[in-house]
Formats: sequence, C-alpha cells, structure tokens
Amino acid sequence: MAEAHPVGFQWVMEAKARGAQVIHVDPRFTRTSALANLHVPLRAGTDIAFLGGIVNYILEHGHEFRDYVANYTNAPVIIDERFADTEDLDGLFSGFDPESNEYDPATWTYQDMEVASGAGSREGKLGIAEHHGMLGGRLEHGNPPHTDPSLEHPRCVFQILKRHFRRYTPEMVAKVCGTPPSLLVEVAESLVANSGRERTSAFVYSVGWTQHTVGVQYIRTAAIIQLLLGNIGRPGGGILALRGHATIQGSTDVPTLYNLLPGYLPMPKASDGDLAGYLEEAKLPAGFWGYVDNYLISLLKAWWGDVATQENDFCFDYLPRLTGDHSSYPTMLGMLDGKVKGFFLPGQNPAVGSSNSALHRKAMANLDWLVVRDMAEIESASFWKDAPEIETGELVTERIRTEVFLLPAASHVEKDGSFTNTQRLVQWHHKAVEPPGDCRSELWFYYHLGRIIREKLAGSTDPKDRPVLDLVWDYPTEGEIQEPSAEAVLRECNGVGPDGRAVSGYLDLKADGSTSCGCWIYSGCYADEVNQTARRKPHWEQSWVAPEWAWAWPYNRRILYNRASADPEGKPWSERKRYVWWDEEAGKWTGHDNPDFVATMRPDYDPPEDAQAEKALSGTTPFIMQADGTGWLYVPNGLADGPLPAHYEPHESPFPNLLYGQQANPTRQVFDRPGNRYSPAHGQPGAEAYPYVFTTYRLTEHHTAGGMSRGLPYLAELQPEMFCEVSPELAAERGLEHGGWATIVTARAAIEARVLVTARIRPLEAGGRTVHQIGLPWHWGTNGLSRGDAANDLLGIVLDRNVHIQESKAGACDIRPGRRPRGPELPRMVEDYRRRAERAGAGPDGSDGRAAEPQRGGPGGGKGERA
Amino acid sequence: MSTTTRTFGGGYGDAARPRVGFFTDTSVCIGCKACEVACKEWNLVPPDGPLGFTGNSYDNTMALGADTWRHVAFVEQEVPGAGAGALQPAHPDLAAEAAAAAGLDGPPSAKDGMRWLMSSDVCKHCSSAACLEVCPTGALFRTEFGTVVVQGDVCNGCGYCVPACPFGVIDRREDDGRVFKCTLCYDRLSDGMEPACAHACPTDSIQFGDLDQLRAAADQRLATLHADGVSDARLYLRDEADGIGGAGAFFLLLDEPEVYGLPPDPVSTTRDLPRLWRAAGLAAGALVAGLAVAFAGGRR
Amino acid sequence: MSGAPEPPTPGRSGKGQRVADRPGVSMVPPAEFRSYYGRPILKAPIWTDEVPAYYFAGGLAGASASLALGARLTGNHRLASGALTASAAGILASLPLLADDLGRPERFYHMLRVFKPTSPMNLGSWLLTAAGPAAVGAALADRLGILPRLGRAAEVVAGVLGPGLATYTGVLVADTAVPVWHEAGDQLPVVFAAGAAASAGAAATLLTPAADAGPARRLAVGGALADLAAVEVMRRRLGDLGTPYERPPARRFANLARGFMTAGALAVGLGGRRRTGAAAGAALILAGAACQRFAVHKAGIISAADPAYVVGPQRARLAARDGSRHQPATGA
Ligand SMILES: Nc1nc2c(c(=O)[nH]1)N[C@H]1C(S)=C(S)[C@@H](COP(=O)(O)OP(=O)(O)OC[C@H]3O[C@@H](n4cnc5c(=O)[nH]c(N)nc54)[C@H](O)[C@@H]3O)O[C@H]1N2
Ligand SMILES: Nc1nc2c(c(=O)[nH]1)N[C@H]1C(S)=C(S)[C@@H](COP(=O)(O)OP(=O)(O)OC[C@H]3O[C@@H](n4cnc5c(=O)[nH]c(N)nc54)[C@H](O)[C@@H]3O)O[C@H]1N2
Ligand code: SF4
Ligand code: SF4
Ligand code: SF4
Ligand code: SF4
Ligand code: SF4
Ligand SMILES: [Mo]
Repeated sequence: MAEAHPVGFQWVMEAKARGAQVIHVDPRFTRTSALANLHVPLRAGTDIAFLGGIVNYILEHGHEFRDYVANYTNAPVIIDERFADTEDLDGLFSGFDPESNEYDPATWTYQDMEVASGAGSREGKLGIAEHHGMLGGRLEHGNPPHTDPSLEHPRCVFQILKRHFRRYTPEMVAKVCGTPPSLLVEVAESLVANSGRERTSAFVYSVGWTQHTVGVQYIRTAAIIQLLLGNIGRPGGGILALRGHATIQGSTDVPTLYNLLPGYLPMPKASDGDLAGYLEEAKLPAGFWGYVDNYLISLLKAWWGDVATQENDFCFDYLPRLTGDHSSYPTMLGMLDGKVKGFFLPGQNPAVGSSNSALHRKAMANLDWLVVRDMAEIESASFWKDAPEIETGELVTERIRTEVFLLPAASHVEKDGSFTNTQRLVQWHHKAVEPPGDCRSELWFYYHLGRIIREKLAGSTDPKDRPVLDLVWDYPTEGEIQEPSAEAVLRECNGVGPDGRAVSGYLDLKADGSTSCGCWIYSGCYADEVNQTARRKPHWEQSWVAPEWAWAWPYNRRILYNRASADPEGKPWSERKRYVWWDEEAGKWTGHDNPDFVATMRPDYDPPEDAQAEKALSGTTPFIMQADGTGWLYVPNGLADGPLPAHYEPHESPFPNLLYGQQANPTRQVFDRPGNRYSPAHGQPGAEAYPYVFTTYRLTEHHTAGGMSRGLPYLAELQPEMFCEVSPELAAERGLEHGGWATIVTARAAIEARVLVTARIRPLEAGGRTVHQIGLPWHWGTNGLSRGDAANDLLGIVLDRNVHIQESKAGACDIRPGRRPRGPELPRMVEDYRRRAERAGAGPDGSDGRAAEPQRGGPGGGKGERA
Repeated sequence: MSTTTRTFGGGYGDAARPRVGFFTDTSVCIGCKACEVACKEWNLVPPDGPLGFTGNSYDNTMALGADTWRHVAFVEQEVPGAGAGALQPAHPDLAAEAAAAAGLDGPPSAKDGMRWLMSSDVCKHCSSAACLEVCPTGALFRTEFGTVVVQGDVCNGCGYCVPACPFGVIDRREDDGRVFKCTLCYDRLSDGMEPACAHACPTDSIQFGDLDQLRAAADQRLATLHADGVSDARLYLRDEADGIGGAGAFFLLLDEPEVYGLPPDPVSTTRDLPRLWRAAGLAAGALVAGLAVAFAGGRR
Repeated sequence: MSGAPEPPTPGRSGKGQRVADRPGVSMVPPAEFRSYYGRPILKAPIWTDEVPAYYFAGGLAGASASLALGARLTGNHRLASGALTASAAGILASLPLLADDLGRPERFYHMLRVFKPTSPMNLGSWLLTAAGPAAVGAALADRLGILPRLGRAAEVVAGVLGPGLATYTGVLVADTAVPVWHEAGDQLPVVFAAGAAASAGAAATLLTPAADAGPARRLAVGGALADLAAVEVMRRRLGDLGTPYERPPARRFANLARGFMTAGALAVGLGGRRRTGAAAGAALILAGAACQRFAVHKAGIISAADPAYVVGPQRARLAARDGSRHQPATGA
C-alpha cells in the first residue's frame, strides 16, 4: 500500500501511531513491509491457503464472534443435501461439468429455497457472473426455510465451513505457502485479539489478491474471516479494495464493463426476451434488489426520454444484448482472428499493460482502424513502427494495414468530473487549466462524436438507427471548445422526478416511467439540485464521520450494512464502537452515520408473508442488498467457481496442490493457441524447464504501463531501468551479478532486466522444496525517456471465470545471467525452451495443450502427489 | 567570527521572522520520493541525468547536489529479530498450545529480520553555515527566516562553498557556472506557504515549522520511540551545542548518521578560522625572518 | 582507514558512479562499512588545476615582492629588479588562472562586493587587488626607469603585503571541510610560505647575476629545506588522515616535489655560484614548489571523496568526547 497508494497510506501510519497493529502479507519485503509491525512472506498465489488457515484457527478455537455470526450471517442456514464439498470430491464441488469446465450451482442452494432463476445459473452459460448477491426464492418471516440457530446441524453453513477448512492447519499452510506456522498463528491471534465487541480489524487488498485465476475467492476468504470476527458494517472494520486508476471504482459503478448496466444491473442477454422476461429474473422478492424495475425503467427513461413508453417496453429492446464473453481478452483474440475490425483505446496501453502484450501488439496490427486517445504517444499507438516484433521480424511495418488515429486527451486537471474511491465516496474535481491545443476530454469526444453521428443519420428510416437517433443527447456545452457540462451528466445519474427536479434518492424512483435516473446507486448525489459531491467542509467543522465531505453512494452512507454495528436488539455492541443504534423513544434508527436500514424498522420487526423487497427482511438482518439479508459465509449462487474458497495452484505453478487432487481452478478460462502457449504446470512433463515463480508489481515511481511516468524526466530518473529483484541465494544458484543483466524466460517470451540482488526477497521452504521467487515491476516499454522490456510479454492469458481478470501475479519462468538475444534469435530461443520442455514430456506431441486443459490436476496431479 | 551568522534575523530589524526549519522524522518515511519530485517541480530544478540504474536499493539519484535538493536514501539491513514480538496474542496460552501443536520454530519475526531505512536528506540550514561564511561575494546569505540561501544574481561560481559544506550539500551546476541548493522555498515562505517538499510528504516525515516548536515535537517523538523500545532512535543536529550550532533542518534517525551518508560529528570549518589566521601570521613572520637571515649573509 | 573501499571517482557532480561501473558488488550492500554505499559525504572541491597553479604563482609573486624590498633596503638593486620582475610575472600569471576557474568569470569583481573577514578568499582578493598593481607597477617603473618615487612606494606596498599573499592561500584551503586540508590548518600556511620563499629565491637566482644573488640563493635553499621539513611535519601530524598523499595522483606530485626540492637545494647550495648550477637548481626548486601545491590540491580531492576520511576522525572525536561509539549523534 505504501508503494502504490502512498497518500492513502498516511492513514495507516496514523492508525499505527494510535496503536494499530499493521500486518503486511506479501511475497516480497516492500516499502509497506518496512513500515508494518509484521511482514508475512508467502509463495505467490497461495493466499487462500493462508487465509483458510486463519479461518480454521478461528473455528477450531471457537474465536468467532458468536452473536454476530449466528444473527447476521448465513451460518445457521441448512444447505441442500445434494451439495458435495471439495473435501468429498477431492477439489471439486458438486455440479461440475468437465465438458464446459463450468459449474451448475443448482446443488449449492439453501434447502428448499428455489434459486433456478438466480443470477449464477443464467450467467454460467455465458461465462459471466454478475448480479451481486441476487437470489430467488422466498423467505419465511425473513428467514430461509431451514436454519439451525445452534449452528450444530451437520448441513448448516457453519458446520460445512468447519469441515471445509479443517485441513488448513498451520503445518499445511507452511507446506503450501512457505510461511512459518508460527507466523500464521501470530497473525490469527492478532486478528482475534483486535476483533469482537470492543475492537475491529480491517483488511486492505488490491491486485496482489485479484490477479489470479482464483482472485475472487481470495476476497471471499477474507470476507469469511471478517464475518466470523464481526468486522463488517462496523467502524474500523471492513474489507477495503484499494482501487487503481483514479475513479476506477466509478467506472465499475457506471460501468465500462461489458456485462453490466449502471448500478450493477445485469446487461440483458440475447435470450432475455422482453422487459417482463428480464425483470422476471432480475427482480428479487426480498431486499433492495426488489426494486430492479424502478431502477431499470428509470435508466431507460434517462436514455430515451419521452420515446420510452409503457407501450414500447420503455425502449428495452434498444439495449444491446449479450451473446457471449465480450471481455477484454477474448475481444483481443477476436482482433487476431479478424473478427474485430475496429477498436477504441481511450486511456489504456495494452501493448505494455496487458498480459501477453506481444499478442496484443500483433492483434492491433491486424485491425482496420484503431482510435487511441491518450496524453502521450504510447506503445499502443506506435507499435506499427517500433514494436519489438519489428526487430524480430514477426511484424513488418509496411504490411501492417491498421489505420491508427492518435487523438490527444485532456488530463484530469484539464476537465471537471468526479472521482469515486474505494469507500464509494464520490468527490468532484474542478478543471484547473484549459486543455492545451487539441487535447479534449472524454466527455467532449463522445458527446461530439455522438452528435456528429446523429447528424449523419438524421432522417434515416432504418430501424437499426432508432436507438441512436432516439437517445436524449442534449447536454449543455460551455466555452469556445464546446465542452459538455459534466455536472449535467452527474445530474442525469442522480435522476429527475415527475416535477422535473432532481430526486433525493433511489427510493423516489418509479417503474411507471414518471422518473428518470442514469445510475440508481448514485441517486441522491445531486439532491436538492446541489452537486453534493463537491462539498468540501473540513473535518474539524463536522462530526468524525464527516458526512459533509463529498458524497458517498448509496444515500451518502459512509459505512455499508451499518445495522451490523448494533446488536440484534439494536444496542451498540460496545460504547467504543457505537455507530448506529435503535432509539426506542424516537422509534427510529439513529447514530453517527445514515442508517442503511429503513429508519423506522424496529429491531424486532417480523416481516409478514406478503411483504416485498426490504420489508421482506427481518429487523435483525443488516445485509439489505442480499435476498436473505445476511452476510454470506457460504455463497449459494452467483459465483462461477464454488460456494466456498478452496486453494488451487496458479495455472503455471511449478508446485503441486497439497490440499486437493485438483491442481488448479477447474473453471479458469484458458486460451491455448499459437502465441499464447502455456508452460507445463507441476505434474506435467517438462515443468522443470521453468522452475522459478515470478510475480509482477508496481513501483511508487512509475504508473502502470508508463505512459504517464516514463516520459517525465523527474520520474524516469527515480527508477530509470527495468530490473528484477532476486534473492542472494538465487543469484548464487544462477550466477546473477548485482547490477548486471539477467534474461527471464517463459513459454511466451524472454525479456532482459538489470539485476537487483536483495535480501528483501527471501527463498521460502515449502513442502520440502525451496521456493525462489523473482520480482518484476511491469512498467517498462519501448517509448519514453526510460525504456525497457515489458514484463507482460512473459505472461500468458489465463483468467478467473468470475471476472475475467488475468493471472498476472503468479507465473513460472527460468532466469539466466546476461542480456537476451536480439532480432530473430529471440523467438528462436523462446522456442528452444518450449521444445526442451516438450521433449522432457511425452514425446513430440507432448504439447502445451496438456497444460491448458483444466483437467483434474493432470497426470500426476492426483492424490499420489500429496506428500 | 561565525557569531555574525548566529544572531538570526540579525540586521533585519522588524522584518526579522521566527527561525523556521525542518524536522525530518525518518521513522515514518515510506520512501515515496514525493518530496524529491515536488522540490524539482516547484523550483524548476533540471533533471539529474544521466539516467542509470545504481543497484543501491531504490536510490537512483544517489546524493544531494546542484540538481537534487531533496534526496531520499534507502538502506537495506538484515537485523535478526527486527520487529520480533510486534504483535501480542489474544490468548497466549492458546497461541502457545497452537504453536506447540505446530512444532514451532523460534520467534517468527526473527526469521524475517529485515529493516529498510528510508530518509529524506536536505540542506541543513546550519546555525553556523560554513558555506555562507566562506562565500567571498556574499551571494550566500541568511534570510529573515534564519535560512541560508544563494543569490543567483551574485554568485560568481568560485566554488568555495562546495568543499566548505560539512554535509556535501551545495554544488555547482556545470552548464550554469553557479551553485545551487535548497532555498527552503524562500519564495513560498515569503508568501506564507509551507515548502513544497513538506507539503507533498504524505506521512509527515518532513515537518516544517518554527524551529523551537519542531525541537519540542522531536523530543516528544524521541521519548515515545524510546518508550516503545526503539532504542536505535536518535536525534541528529538538534543540539545547539554541536559543531554547527544546531541545524535548521534536523533529523530523527534509526541508525548512525554515516549509514545515511551523513557525517557523525560535523563541525563548521570557520570555527577554527581564528586559529588558521594565527598560523598564517606565524608563517608570514617566519618568511620575513627567513629573508632577514638571507640578507644577513651579505650580497654574494 | 585502510579498510575503506576505493572511493568513487569524484565526478565534478560529486555523485560518484553507477553500480555497473563498480565490479565486485554482489548485492545491495549490507550497511557493515558505516557509510552510504561508500559514497562521498563531502563534495570534493570542484577547483581545477588552475587553482594549485595560482597558489604557486601567487606565492611566488608575494615572496618575490618582499625579497625585492629587502634587496632595495640593502642596496642590492640588481637583485631588487630581478625579484620585482619575478613578482610581476607571478601576479600577471595569477589573474587569468583565478578568473578562469570561476563558473562566471565575468563576475570576478563580485569578489569585491563585500569585505568579509570570515572568507579567506574574499580577503585574498582584496590583498591581490592591493599588492598586484603595486608589484606590476613597481616592476615597470624599475625596468623603464620612470616615476622613481611612485615606483619605490609601490615596492614598499607590494613588499609589505607579500608575506600575506604568500600565506593566505594556506588558510583558504584549510578553511574547508576537506579533512586532509582542514586538519593540517596549522602547517599548511607554513608549507605554502616555505614554498613561496623557495620559489622566490629560485626565480631571483635565475634573473640576477650570480654575483648579486647571494640572498636569493640562501632564500631558495632555506625555503626548500623549510618546505621539505614543513611537509614532513604536516604528514606526521595528519597520521592516517595524511594517506591521501600516498594515493594517486597526489602521490606522484608529492614524490616529485620532494625529489625536485632536494635536488634543487643541493644544486643551488653547492653549485649556485656557477651559472649552470644556479639555473638548473633554481628550475628544480621552482618545479618542486609547484608540484607541492599540486600534491596538496590532489590530496584534498581524494580525502573529500572518501567517506572513510570523514567518518573515521569524527567517530574518534565522538568516542573521545563521550567514550562510546554508539552514543546518539546528539545529547538529546
Ligand atoms: N505508484 C503507483 N501507484 C499506483 C499504480 C502504479 O502503477 N504506480 N497503479 C494503480 C493501479 S491501476 C492499481 S490496480 C493499484 C494496485 O496496487 P497494488 O495491488 O498495491 O499494486 P501491485 O504492486 O501490483 O501489487 C501489490 C503487491 O502484491 C504482491 N503480490 C504479488 N503476488 C501476490 C500474492 O499472490 N499474494 C499476495 N498477498 N501478494 C502478492 C506484490 O509483491 C506487490 O507488492 O495501484 C494503483 N496505484
Ligand atoms: N503484469 C501485470 N500486468 C498488469 C498489472 C499487474 O499488476 N501486473 N496490473 C493491471 C492493472 S490493475 C491495470 S489497471 C492495467 C493498467 O494498464 P493500462 O490501463 O493498459 O495502462 P495505463 O498506463 O494505466 O494506461 C492508461 C493510459 O491512459 C492515459 N490517460 C490518463 N488520463 C487520461 C484521460 O483523462 N483520458 C485519456 N484518454 N487517457 C488518459 C495515460 O496516459 C495512459 O497511457 O494493467 C494491468 N496489467
Ligand atoms: S497518485 Fe493520486 S491516488 Fe495515487 S497515491 Fe497519489 S494521490 Fe493518491
Ligand atoms: S548544510 Fe551545507 S550548504 Fe546547507 S547551510 Fe549548512 S553548510 Fe551550507
Ligand atoms: S560559488 Fe557562489 S555561493 Fe559559493 S562561495 Fe562562490 S560566490 Fe559564494
Ligand atoms: S524546502 Fe523547497 S527547496 Fe528546499 S528541498 Fe524542500 S522543496 Fe526543495
Ligand atoms: S520524506 Fe515524505 S515524501 Fe519524502 S520520501 Fe519520505 S515519506 Fe515520501
Ligand atoms: Mo488497476
């Protein structure tokens, strides 16, 4: 965190100064470790085992926060008897289909609680998992039909959880992660010591956790710990996802994601039929997803205004429909295959930043046209003349027919707009200077692009032009460059009522077409016709929660699910940690924050049979976005790879899975094809060719793919060259000289880097084997003042099926002293490595295909492997 | 003689301002280098080329100089037992039990005995500033804030200040011919703003303010750290009795100064100037005596 | 000090070099040797060879002026004009040497913006401003036989200021943080004075008929011997701190200086009455005096560039003061 979020880290330092224990779990000793109370090293890609060890420690010693767990989580819920756990199936859950490598979650459900129409199943087939926490079926008096408050029933979630993690002992963790058992115990004990009624602990993670084929389940394991310890919905608790680019959170809320509409509404898929059919699946009987119709119809009204009417389904048919996985990597493969002919690249640099960047460069070289909007001539705009493939002869400038349009972008200081941070805080920023020359904002570009297209289409009778022509496209523009008003867009997101005034929140939205709202969760950010996100009242002029600093969604709520900060009777768990509570006299919820509960709903509220949406939830269930109002220790639906986290090895791991026969995540998305070959994982012939683990990461001194840092002299001089971090032991083993050069080789590529031999990287002992890990910052590319090879050339494309994130945090490689070959020699060397691996394998056709099939551990991946 | 520069604000009369400075608490430095960059941005300091990888941990700018007025040092140390016992278990008995069950191996943190010291260095704005005292042109002067600043329009690049500085701070920019160093953001101070580096520092490792208040804060911090068992912590250049009469920019260090590239016991060279002149006087006298002898021997 | 790593070559940026040029470094070095990657703590003097050359010329000019005055007072007019010539030559050589080393030569006169007793360079500039024109004027008046009264007055001014001119440079270098200079603060003025005397004597010996050059020869030999002695004393007192004189490139100049001085003293002492002996000996002494200045200059750069010379003595000083190496660097 100190490395990549230095400004945010000041608050960690302040907490530390006030006595907080700071624990840093990272394969490397970083600037964060330097300031932490304790650094816990582990083998990259093994956090589920580590966190699972903590879960097991908590459960084995009965350290869970009983009152919280029994009342606020789904621990008591009894699960369908058809459910089989990884303990029963040696690493698989019930419902796995080896043909498609996908799960049918039908057997994961609550006993007698029908979930056929839940999110997971409809998406499993499309390989998309959204609809967070959505779940069909009816509750009885706010509870699933079968529960055991004593948490003793063998099929209740609590017992399943216990069994599931029982083998995650400190010794096992040590074998898998290479982390000394004592460290695990020390961490678990510290978490327990700092949780409960009087204290809370928080988890902070970022892409060290997400960029794995099991990334989503990493976070799930942390969620289980936090729910068991009662650290959700309470001050000082939570799980904080440190985000990436400024307002990357905002671009998830009002998404740039292909499978979501604003506010996490699912994007309709081809088979959805009409509006009714869509709502049928999306609308839930209980919780705030019970108003999906209000949200969606208001969205349609915001987009198509008066044209959207009851009669025409509010233009529901104007929405695009999903036909498959259109996420970033498959789209790039589509370019390679000539299926995708044109591409917009506004603010991304895949030629450096995306896994297997070489393949991205080749893909872009296969387009008809490419529009790059950036502040610098990044590698993704100049590949046609200076891609490394041109030196190796794999690409020839004259033969690249891609027409590249490089358009100068305005930076964030040159335009108005909002940043949404990890805490859902939407903060407005004002333009500081006019954009220079032809630089323009995204808003300007897309607004005027749309305007011109609409002018060109004007008068068209072709029905396929209607959605564009009928769009409400009337944003006011300002100044000589005709900049559209960003505040007008924010107001559209907030929503407008029948009276034409900004609504005060999503509870005002209607499904009858009388209201419009561009993003229901943001509804309220422009309440009273005031840009609430621009508020900047200093903290010393308001309460410590600072509700008048900017605006947080939903409803300016600073802590989500804050009902959990009070006990079932509505009293604070402790004076120290009081946050919101039930005020019997006033007959409503009150406190430091805006209760995310219906303010007048009594703690002992018992929903009647016919109750709908939030009124169908009982007075004691804080997790109001969940269909059953509880925190999910066990996820009956919505995840592609199982209701509980299980440790799987990374796709290319040189290590066996000591916990299950199943070596890697069975549902991971693999793309085994020329240009994206995989190295053999453990247990597959030839794995020895790539014996070392490497991970990639950031440096404070640079930003991502470097477009914003490698060209700036003041930053370039701070980290002027691509380097690799290795331990003294590995340096000795491979003859690497400090300050010299090394060449790192994978099944895809070989890159060179200066060698930084440092004790901050230490070999770990795991399962009787020494783990050497190599650290690679991934900021470098061919342009700018500071140039170097791109670490992403090394990585293959393999994805977490839930969110299609690449596994860029754990790979297998070899390293050798000296610089890499030049020209055609380079691909030849990489090829030789792969041949050697294959020859070590089952003869000439012991192809990488093997590695690709997510088969049950692969040959030797079976039980026999477990030491 | 150096006393002339010890009376701060001397000669400024009513314009004299309380002496300001820096307390750099390296125990909270995260090595983000924001200070280095902010300084260059604000003061339009040229890049510190040529670009190159040093291998000295994460330090690639290497030292203070004409083109680096703030410099962040990185020192990697293997310290067995560093951070040991950092965390207190909730259930010592259970922990012990679990540990036993796990057949445990010594104090965990000892296995990870690593320290990574980071420290942001800067001109010390010495109380007796050798650079200023030896400057033949008066280009280096003491501002109304008690800071030491070069007047670019006066400096003739004689270079005398360069070897005079006991910290190797000030240096000549070759393509320019004049010397440069931290001005303690004289322009910002004059406008009532805090220096750019302190402003950019996310963790308040760089604290700017009135010197006496900073010294109080530093003593406080030192006491806290010692109480927390950080016995290595020490203040550097805080003491007015030291060889430079105390610094305007002083530090809290976690190891000996030389580990960070700082002199352990700096002394302002001009403190010895009277002695040096006396020696010169004697030498000159000897020369005259020698001549007398030479002539006493007659013409041939 | 012997354990100290080779110092990074002090590039004038004072920034040392990149690891790639430092073979044998096996990893991010552990902080055993208590320095920051062996980097200089001080900035080495950025002065180039013009500066030691000036020490020589200035010293020659100063001592020669005094020699001339002495000769005049003892009625040895031939010796006087010889010495005056040498003095003027020294002065005329000094000016370009001084201006040249400035980063902004056109601002040379800024030296006289202020009068600043804490700055030897400032005082030196004033000295030079007074003595320089005097010496040159005196020489001209003497050669051209014009303005005799004014000429004599100038000779007195230059002659009186001469010893100052010959010694202040010793203070100038000692008044820095450079260990091998600062710690030799008591000896350096003597070394410079002796060298100046020797070179003045030698120059006058060259420029004056042997019959009148007795005092010059004695000054040359005496100065040479004094110089040899003073340097010896200085290096003994410096002890370990003096080792820069044993490291290249200082070593070469130090050895040459010793050799030239000794040989020159012998030549002048024994054969000085003969033209050739005088000429050869005088030349040797002049060369010796010059080399001595270069030795001092180079040693200074070496000692500034090696943190060992800074840390060692300061640690010793601390240890002596508070008896423990591990005391915090301040009493606080
Ligand atoms: N200075 C700077 N700041 C940035 C960025 C930048 O490029 N430069 N990028 C921004 C963006 S886009 C993002 S997404 C964030 C990312 O912020 P971070 O996630 O903090 O960035 P990373 O350095 O990629 O990864 C963090 C750490 O994960 C560790 N790691 C690798 N594998 C594993 C593993 O298996 N388990 C565990 N526990 N740790 C592992 C790495 O060693 C690394 O130290 O930073 C943002 N902030
Ligand atoms: N190996 C490895 N690969 C990784 C990661 C990793 O940890 N390891 N991290 C992944 C992560 S988390 C991320 S987010 C990606 C990031 O990877 P990319 O997004 O591909 O790389 P960036 O350099 O962030 O690209 C952002 C570009 O936007 C430009 N830009 C900045 N502001 C604006 C603007 O206002 N408008 C426009 N049009 N352009 C602008 C910048 O100049 C920059 O070139 O990399 C991913 N790749
Ligand atoms: S770059 Fe922006 S987001 Fe990142 S740490 Fe600095 S201030 Fe925070
Ligand atoms: S540190 Fe050096 S440059 Fe700064 S004031 Fe002191 S002597 Fe002058
Ligand atoms: S270089 Fe400039 S500032 Fe330094 S002493 Fe000479 S004149 Fe003064
Ligand atoms: S005070 Fe100003 S000049 Fe000095 S280092 Fe900080 S930013 Fe630079
Ligand atoms: S002093 Fe502050 S700004 Fe400078 S590196 Fe340390 S933490 Fe960053
Ligand atoms: Mo990111």
